[in-house]
Amino acid sequence: MHLEDLSRLLSEHPFVHGLEARHVAFLLGCASNVVFQKGDFLFREGGPADKLYLVRYGSVGLQVHFPAKGTHTFNTVGDGEVVGWSWLVEPYVARFDSVALSTVRALALDAKCLRRKCDEDHELGYQMFARIAQVMERRLHAARLQLLDVYG
Amino acid sequence: MASLLEPGVALRPDPMVPRLVTLERTRAETADTFTMELVAPDGVTEFPFLPGQFNMVGALGVGEVPISVSGDPQTPRTIVHTTREVGAVTNALKQLRPGAALTLRGPYGTAWPVEACSGHDVVLIAGGIGLAPLRPVIYEVMRQRARFGRFLVLYGTRSPEDILFAKELSRWRSQFDMELLVTVDRGTEHWRGNVGVVTKLVARAPFEPRETVAMVCGPEVMMRFAVAELRARGVAEPNIHVSLERNMKCGVGLCGHCQLRGEFICRSGPVYSYDRVAPLFEVREL
Repeated sequence: MHLEDLSRLLSEHPFVHGLEARHVAFLLGCASNVVFQKGDFLFREGGPADKLYLVRYGSVGLQVHFPAKGTHTFNTVGDGEVVGWSWLVEPYVARFDSVALSTVRALALDAKCLRRKCDEDHELGYQMFARIAQVMERRLHAARLQLLDVYG
Repeated sequence: MASLLEPGVALRPDPMVPRLVTLERTRAETADTFTMELVAPDGVTEFPFLPGQFNMVGALGVGEVPISVSGDPQTPRTIVHTTREVGAVTNALKQLRPGAALTLRGPYGTAWPVEACSGHDVVLIAGGIGLAPLRPVIYEVMRQRARFGRFLVLYGTRSPEDILFAKELSRWRSQFDMELLVTVDRGTEHWRGNVGVVTKLVARAPFEPRETVAMVCGPEVMMRFAVAELRARGVAEPNIHVSLERNMKCGVGLCGHCQLRGEFICRSGPVYSYDRVAPLFEVREL
C-alpha cells in the first residue's frame, strides 16, 4: 500500500480525529495495513500486547476460553472502533483472546514504536492516553450494564 | 341484568367492562416468553388498536395484567400479545389451552408516533421483551416503507436463545430495506453477532440524527442509557419516544396505581416523547 493511501486511511479513522497533522504523521510511521480472515486471532490471552488495532471494517470478538466449557465472547468491536489497550500498560500482555468474526480490515500500530513516540512527544502521549481512556471508559460502562442484566 | 362478561358484544362504551375472548393459539417465543393469539367472540369482527397501546388481559379467577399489543394493526381480527411469564396472572395465561376463555379490556394508552415519522429516518431501540410493543411499528413501517428514510432496529437481549420473533426479524432483514442490529449480553460459541449492551449500537448506527425519530422500549435503566446515546448523537429530545411501564390497574386513569408525579401512565402514556418525561427519569424515588 502506498504511504499516501495509508495516511488517508489513518486520518479517516475516528480514533485519530482531532489529532494535529504532525501527530498523525508521527503515528503513520508506526502503522501498517492488515487484514484478518474470519477465525484469525489478532492476539491471544497471555501473548504479547504489541499492537493497537484501529478497526476499519469487520467484527472482532473479545473472548475468554473456559476449559471444558468452550469459548465465551464477552464483547464485540466493529467498524471505527479500537482493539487493544494492554500495549499501553506494563507488562504489555494481552488479557484475553481477540478473534476476527468476519473479514477484518484494520490499521495495526506497533506498540513499541507508539510508546517510543509518546515518550519523545508528551503532547502526543497525552492525546493517546486521553483517547484510550475514552475507549476504556466506554467499555467499562458497557461492561457494567452487562453485569446489571438490564433486560430484566 | 346483563353480565359484565357477556360475549358477542362489540367494543363497549364503558372502558372498564371486560369482554370475553378466546385463546386461539399460544406460541413459546423463548424459555420464559410466549405469544397469545386471541380472537374476539362471535359478533365482534375487528379489534382496532394503534402501535404501542395495551390491553388489560385477564385470567378468569386470577386477575388482570397490562400487556402491550404485539400484533399487526392491519389484522385486527386477531389480538396478539407477547409477554413474559413473571407472576400469577401470566403464569395462569401460559397454562391456558386453545379454546379457553379470558378477559380483555382496551385498547388503552397512547401510541408510537408512526405518522410523524414520515420523511424521517426511523430508529427503534428495544431491550428484551421491549421488542414486543415495537413490533406493530415494524409492521406499519414495512408496509409503508417508501414513506420513511432509513429504518433501523437495534435490539439487545440476554443471549441468542432470548431473541424474540427470530424468524420474522430474519425475514425482514432479508428484504434489505431494514437495518437490523442485534446484540446479546452473553455470546455462545456459535454466535457470530454483536456482544454487548444495545446502547453501544447507537454510536455506530447509520442514521442522520437531525432527521431521526427514535422509539425506545425496554427496562427503564436501559432506556435511560439509550436516550443518553441518542442525545449524544444529536437526536432532539422531542424526537425521542419512550414507553413507560407502571402498575396499571384500571387502565383509564382513575385508580392511581400507575401515577408517576402528575402523570397517569395508563392514560397519558405509556408512550411519551422524552422531553415530556425527562424530569421523571431523573427522580430516583419514583
